[in-house]
Amino acid sequence: MNWFTLSPEEASALQLSLKVAFWAMTLSLPIGVLTAYVLARGQFWGKSFLNGIVHLPLVMPPVVTGYLLLLTFGKHGALGIFLSDYFGFSFSFRWTGAALACGVMGFPLMVRAIRLSIEAIDRKLEQAASTLGANRFWVFATITLPLALPGIVAGMILAFAKAMGEFGATITFVSNIPGETQTLPSLIYTFTQVPGGDWGAARLTIISIVVSMLALIMSEYLARRIHHHLDEP
Amino acid sequence: MSIEIAIKHQLGAFAIDAKFASAGRLTVLFGASGAGKSTIINTIAGLTQPNEGRIIVDGAVLLDTAKGIDIAAHQRRIGYVFQEPRLFPHLSVAQNLSYGKWFAREPVQSRQLAHVIALLGLGKLMSRMPNSLSGGEKQRVAIGRALLSNPKLLLMDEPLAALDQPRKTEIMPYIESLRDETNIPIIYVSHSVAEVARLATDIAIIANGKVMATGAPHEIMQRPDFMPLGESDEVGSVLTMAVASYNPDFDMTLISSPVGEIQIPGRVGEIGKSVRLRLRARDIIIATQKPKGLSALNVLSGKISSMENNGPLVMVKIDCAGSPVLARITRQSAVALKLKIQMPVCAIVKTASLDAVGKFGA
Repeated sequence: MNWFTLSPEEASALQLSLKVAFWAMTLSLPIGVLTAYVLARGQFWGKSFLNGIVHLPLVMPPVVTGYLLLLTFGKHGALGIFLSDYFGFSFSFRWTGAALACGVMGFPLMVRAIRLSIEAIDRKLEQAASTLGANRFWVFATITLPLALPGIVAGMILAFAKAMGEFGATITFVSNIPGETQTLPSLIYTFTQVPGGDWGAARLTIISIVVSMLALIMSEYLARRIHHHLDEP
Repeated sequence: MSIEIAIKHQLGAFAIDAKFASAGRLTVLFGASGAGKSTIINTIAGLTQPNEGRIIVDGAVLLDTAKGIDIAAHQRRIGYVFQEPRLFPHLSVAQNLSYGKWFAREPVQSRQLAHVIALLGLGKLMSRMPNSLSGGEKQRVAIGRALLSNPKLLLMDEPLAALDQPRKTEIMPYIESLRDETNIPIIYVSHSVAEVARLATDIAIIANGKVMATGAPHEIMQRPDFMPLGESDEVGSVLTMAVASYNPDFDMTLISSPVGEIQIPGRVGEIGKSVRLRLRARDIIIATQKPKGLSALNVLSGKISSMENNGPLVMVKIDCAGSPVLARITRQSAVALKLKIQMPVCAIVKTASLDAVGKFGA
């Protein structure tokens, strides 16, 4: 048993996980920033309802989230049919579906981190910017967004790490197809289900831990650099 | 250039019903904390929407609730210097200063930029980040940032209140330069008599959300009833005089006007420069004849024009060549000196008590 060479199966699972996590994080970022801004600054009817919806994936069993995605975006789901009819795009049993599931599961973590950092911004700075001639959009782009950067980076890393480890919703929504939807956690699960798979599971577990640690260290480093930039001359 | 304001606004149980107009270069909204001054200028800036009102600056209607006009804050072209500097922490001093330029319809010229940088002494700070600046430097950058957004009107909400005395002394001359050397009118909120006496060209007294009076500093400052609570000791007279000569041996400046001559310590300005002097009523001593063997240097002569009893104290108004000088003495002294209306007296001013001296441009 070689500790340092991955089998093609393992390599493909790791690659797929990184790809899925990257797209889950990237595509949920703009929506996450917008949602966090609306929740932090908006005053509107139904705000707590929106807040509840955003946080649901955090508290629901992942299987339920996966099943709801299947009902909505699956081959027979309303949105799934719409997307495949008009755009020829499908989520079901494809890696894109895994990215969607991971994005949805990581979304509350991302929104929470960004929302907290937006709420921590002194609104008086935004007022000052408006007296200098900046409209709402430019106040957001030049003041709110840069000052919320530490929270945005933290939210991205959290979403990425969550996506790397997501299992329940993914396997429910897009199953466990080697090379297409078999992510790292799915493969670990597969290894634990077959005799003699313990070594493989252990190796992948270590890889998982290393990737997660790297993500955390990177987020700490970036957050510190941004804070440094904001606080020091 | 004129400003017309009439607003009504309800804040819980507190009602603001303020109306005033001014064409002055620096109009001070003067009153105690909580009188509604900040709310009034926030409505001018467009940061607070009053229940009812009309605000006209330089002929432009910024707000008219009756006609449904409410120009957004970012389109009003009104510079605002807040009590705290509110510099953008992620931008350098230079970037903070040019922030308004990005959005201005008529951006300031580089000549104006250079002028503002020189006026506020910002040259050495340009590449620094706000968090490395001292409180006084931050406030100077904030003033420059507001000026460089090319405003039609500058609002200043107690810009010195958060600073210690040396920083106040540092910034005051810059505000005087703004008043005298730029053509942007200023509305300045303050509860400090010293700032008002030194800076104001016009004063509006604000109390309980209402404008009680408007007028020039020398009229307003001698009204004890207009002083904010806790500052009634500050009542006095404001005299405008000119620098006559400077004596380097003793480092004293002689300033004069038809009222008389006054010597003040230090170098105040160039010969001929107009200065404003505040004489607190409690610092004035009355003598019925020209004193001898006295350490106080400054003696003004005049006639008593009025006397007002207030408990054990008397407020004596002395007419010195047309300008009133207020003296607050005890009733006991007034009786002992047999003070009467129309009696000629001397007002003695201890030099060291001349604390508020401001230069005043043409």
